[in-house]
Parts: sequence; structure tokens; C-alpha cells
Amino acid sequence: MPLVKNGRITTDLFVHVADGAELPGDGAVLISAARFLEDPEAILKRAGKTGVIWPNNRAVDDLVPYLDRLAAVALLFPTFRDGRAYSQARLLRERHGYDGELRATGQVLRDQFVFMSRAGFDAFEVKKDADADAFAETMKRYSVFYQPTGDGRVTALNRRMQLRHSESAGQ
Amino acid sequence: MYAYDELDRTLINERVSEFRDQVKRRLSGELTEDEFKMLRLQNGVYLQLHAYMFRVAIPYGTLSSKQLRRLAYIARRYDRGYGHFTTRQNIQFNWIKLAELPDALAELAEVGIHAMQTSGNNMRNVTSDQWAGVAPGEVEDPRIWSEILRQHTTLHPEFSFLPRKFKIAITASEHDRAAIKIHDIGLRLHKNADGETGFEVLVGGGLGRTPFIAKTIKPFVAGRDILSYVEAILRVYNQYGRRDNIYKARIKILVHELGIEKFAREVDEEWRQMGHSALTLDHSVIEEVRSRFSYPAYEKLPHMPDELKQAAHDPLFERWRKNSVAPHKVQGYSIVTLSLKPVGGPPGDATADQMDAIADLADKYSFGEIRVGHEQNLALPHVAKRDLPQLWKALDRLGLATPNVNLVTDIIACPGLDYCSLANARSIPIAQELTRRFANHDTADMIGRLHINISGCINACGHHHVGHIGILGVEKNGEEFYQITIGGRADENAQMGALIGPAVPYAEVADVIEDIVEAYLALRDRPEELFVDTVKRLGVEPFKERVYATR
Repeated sequence: MPLVKNGRITTDLFVHVADGAELPGDGAVLISAARFLEDPEAILKRAGKTGVIWPNNRAVDDLVPYLDRLAAVALLFPTFRDGRAYSQARLLRERHGYDGELRATGQVLRDQFVFMSRAGFDAFEVKKDADADAFAETMKRYSVFYQPTGDGRVTALNRRMQLRHSESAGQ
Repeated sequence: MYAYDELDRTLINERVSEFRDQVKRRLSGELTEDEFKMLRLQNGVYLQLHAYMFRVAIPYGTLSSKQLRRLAYIARRYDRGYGHFTTRQNIQFNWIKLAELPDALAELAEVGIHAMQTSGNNMRNVTSDQWAGVAPGEVEDPRIWSEILRQHTTLHPEFSFLPRKFKIAITASEHDRAAIKIHDIGLRLHKNADGETGFEVLVGGGLGRTPFIAKTIKPFVAGRDILSYVEAILRVYNQYGRRDNIYKARIKILVHELGIEKFAREVDEEWRQMGHSALTLDHSVIEEVRSRFSYPAYEKLPHMPDELKQAAHDPLFERWRKNSVAPHKVQGYSIVTLSLKPVGGPPGDATADQMDAIADLADKYSFGEIRVGHEQNLALPHVAKRDLPQLWKALDRLGLATPNVNLVTDIIACPGLDYCSLANARSIPIAQELTRRFANHDTADMIGRLHINISGCINACGHHHVGHIGILGVEKNGEEFYQITIGGRADENAQMGALIGPAVPYAEVADVIEDIVEAYLALRDRPEELFVDTVKRLGVEPFKERVYATR
């Protein structure tokens, strides 16, 4: 499954470590929330980076105390029709100020890339190769956005207000 | 009318090109039907019994003559020459071909019409009072806020994959014509004690198999805070709404299971944490949207022009005028309802030729504007009273002057088993038969205001729960049966109707309805007492006794 990060297909530096399997001494790992919460301090003391896969039916509040020491948070889309992780993503980015990697995992398809990016995701474990190949092109699909989110894109309303100001300044 | 600017147009065009790509990938097999299903639903495309059905949004029920002509063109070019207006200010085409859909969408986009989020588990077309901006006594034009919400809900990055569909309706009048109490969120514009404009926010209304009337979650939310408050409700729903059972996934179930107080606390806590966000609407932003609504340059006209006085001698004109013409906020003007409920016709259908003709009449008599109401009728919102006689003649020739607005034959019905893959029973032929039974306009007039609503299955697209008389099609041992309720209403006093007795077979429905109406005529204490008030006063029993005594 290709990983798209910073807009390109890239090598995944994180190793998925199953619950019960031994953690490597160093190197970046991606582990389940349950495993992480068993003993977060011990895991965070490891030499390598830590990423946590967070379920979409548990409030992100429990992860908040560790956010500044996590290198990645992966949020789940069990199917693309289940949109709970969009809210989790926005809360992590916009309310809790998380600025590490925010990864979408599960049934991640082309037609959700723009929504995911707007909600704060910057890494995508894409289900289909063709969709991963089409990432850059898909992200260019929209140039107008109505809602303000934490992604920094200027909304239609703001563009209109700017236009009004520049018009009235020119008069 | 709201004028789209370059940004609105660009977004619609970008959506069309995205959908074109999605259809292409489906036709090439790159997308599975399971993957494509949600994508097409998000753009108003259902797979029905015989073909794809295509639902197009008419935000807050406002159309220009140019847009209506384009809908007529679509009906002719891509469908079978007609369209069906729904209870949520949409129009449906029933015979569209998938491969042609992107072209149809592109042609609609040219006139600022789209099908975004007319189905699927997202925020649906924001609906409002079809008399918005012209009804006397409104707090203000609710379409300003409808448009702000339309933009905010369109392609929302957080709420496009909700547990279930989500519907918002707005009214600014004392009398609720937008049925806000049967919506997921109902918004009632009013002014608080300080004269500030804001909303009473209701939540958790809806019909279907578990009907609920919406409850007030907050009596007053200032206009500037409405987006953040709605967003807080949606965020709670997106995270905690049930996803394990499609029948329990609407917000009404979450509100019911938590209780309105606990749900309100969750929303308030979320809202508090959002704080003063980018969603807070500055005065200038609201005014920017307001400024893009244009209003007609009304003339100063007399309250009672000579043309109207003369026409009053014609009893047919008078009957129509008393039935279909409503007061306008500007002197000398009227709001005219065009009945899409001719005797023997399917409720809410209009042919392409009728749509073109209505567009012409709108240009001539209504400043080029048409409205669509949830009762599945159209309206011309700005008709000079002096023009009423001429307009009436033209409408009569088109079959659009049936004087039955709000009467027993002004039936709301879903497409039913004639089209819909979910239906258990037919709706349209029941409606057609009832319009024949009550075809005599004098009788219908004598009966007075009476809303009949028909749904072909428990999903309740015909809003049967809130009909004064509700008819629900069910299937019993492979046959069509109908449950009948009385006493429901969808207005500011919304409530569910009560079951009158055992379900009756298809062939007996019209007889039973006639019996109910006869019982009412015998039971009402004076001619002005409406059907629904008689039911309220006496309860179901006396009706049940009369209707089932001989059965």
C-alpha cells in the first residue's frame, strides 16, 4: 500500500508493530493505541520515533498529553463512508495544536483526498496504486473552498471581502 | 434572487468535472459499484426500479426563469419530458442515463444549478419558506441565512460522511411553511428582547420509521454565531451518532437516547471550546451575502386595481383568486401559487412545456422569479394585482390554475412503487383516485383546509405522519395495504397523526378517506373548524367508529 506524504509517493519510515510483537530497539514504529497507553512513558523513551494508530471511536483527549512527543498519529477509516476521523483530525490540529505527521489509514481513496487534506491530514496510506499516482492531480481539483478549517486555504467569503476592500480602495 | 459570483460558478464547475471523472472511472470498472454508490449519491444520483434517478437542488426554493427553462430543457433532452418537484425543494428526473449525467450537470452548472448533496449521508439542500422575502410580517428574509448555510454545508471537509443524511430548514415567519420541526436542525429567525436577530435552534426532528418532532436546544443563538453553533451540533453528531444500524443513525435517535438536556450540554461544551472561531460571522460578511440578493423594483400600485374589481364578477376567477392568491408585503402585489395537483395527475409533476410556459409567465408577471414549496407546488412571488386576471387565464390554459391549494386534493405524495426501489406500495395512483373523488371544487371548498400526505413506505418521503390525513403504504402477504392516520400537522404546531384503525387494502383506501371526510363534516361544530382541529377536539375515536362501523 503506497504512502503519500508531502504530496508524493514516499517510503514509509515507520514500521507497523503488531500488538504482542517485540518493539525494535530503535527506528520509527507505529503501534496501536491500546499498546501505547499500557505504558506510554516507556515507549516514548525508546531511541526511535513513535507513532500511534488511534481508533475512530475513542476521544482524542486521551492522546493529548503525549502529542508533543509523538512523531505520527494515524487515524482510521474502516470504510471511506465512516467519517469520524475527520472530526478527530480537526480537533488534533486546530484545538490541540498537533503539528506532527497526521496519517489517514484504512479505506483511503482518491475521492476523499481533498476532504482529508482540508481536515489536517498530511500523510495517506492509499488503498489503490492508481489513486496514489493521481494524488497531485486530484489535489488540484478544487480551487474554491467555502469553510474555514485549519489548513490555511483562503475561503470564498474571505476572498470576496478582500475583493471588496481592494475595490473600495481603488475608488 | 441570489447572484452567483465567479467563485460559486468555479466551485460548481469543479464539482462537475470531478463527477465526470468519477463516472468515467465507474464505466471503466476502476471504481466498484460499492465505491461509486456513495459518490453518485453525493451528487444526487439514485438507482431506482427502472433507471437512474437524478435529484437536482433548488436551494431555499428560489429559481430564476432562466434556470427553470434549463430544467425544462434537461427534462426534454435527457429525460421523458417532465420533472417531479419534491417535498424538499428539489426536482427529480426519473429516466436519466448514467453516461449522459455529466453533460446534464454541466448544462445545469451554466445557470448556477447543481445536484451536490441532494442525497447521501451529508448535509442536504438547505430549505426555507417558499414565500421568503415576500410574506408580510417576516423578521427578515431567511434566504440570506439559507445561502450562508448553503455555502457552509457544501463540500464540508468534516461532515461529508456523517452517520446518516442531515437536513436543515429555516423560517422567519410566525406561520411555519418550511416544516422546520421535522428537520434534523430547524432554525426559526426571531428577535430577542434587545432587538437582535438570531435563531431559535431546534434539533432531532424527522419522520421515517421512528418519527420525532424536533426539540428546542437553544432558544436564541445570535446570527453571527449560527455557523459555529450548527458546527458544534454536527461535530457531536459525527462522533457519537450511531453507525451500527442505519435505522438508528439519524441525529433524532442520538438526541432521543441521550435526552435533549444531555445532548444540549455536549453541544454547549463543544461550542464553548470552539470559542471565537473563524466561523463567527462579522456584520460585513453577512452584509456581503445580503448584498448579492436582488429584489424587484416594485411599482407604487393601488391596493384594489380596476382590473381586479372587474374580474371579481367572474366566479371562476374569484374562486381561484380566493384559493391560490396570498397577500404580499408590498401593496398592490400578490403571491400566486401554481397548483401542480390537477385532477387525475401525479402530484408535483410538471412537463417541460409547462416549465417553459411558467418561465415565460414569470418574466412577464413576476420579475423573472419562481418559487418551489415543500407542498410540491410552485409560486410566482411578485405578481401585480392588476395582472391577476390575465395570469389566471394563462395558467388555466396550462392546467396550472386548479383552485385546490391547501384543499383535500392538494396531496403530497412520494413517487412510490411506480418508481422507487424502496417502496412497498404505490402512492401516485392513490393520490390520483382521491383527486377524482374530490374533483368537485365546491365540495372541496366546503371541506376546507385539509392536507393529505401519502408515503409508499416507512421512509416517509410523503411525510404521512404529519398529514392531516396520512396514508402509509405497507406490504402484507405480497399485497399493498395502507395504514391511515389522522390529526398530524407539519407547521409551527407540528405533531404526529394517530392511527385510526387496521390497514386497508389498496382498493378501499379512497372509500375510507371519503368516510373520514364525511365523518368530519358531520362532527365539526361549525364550518370554520378545520379538519385537524376537529380531530384535536374529539380525538380519533368518533372517526374510527364511523369509518370502521360498516367494515
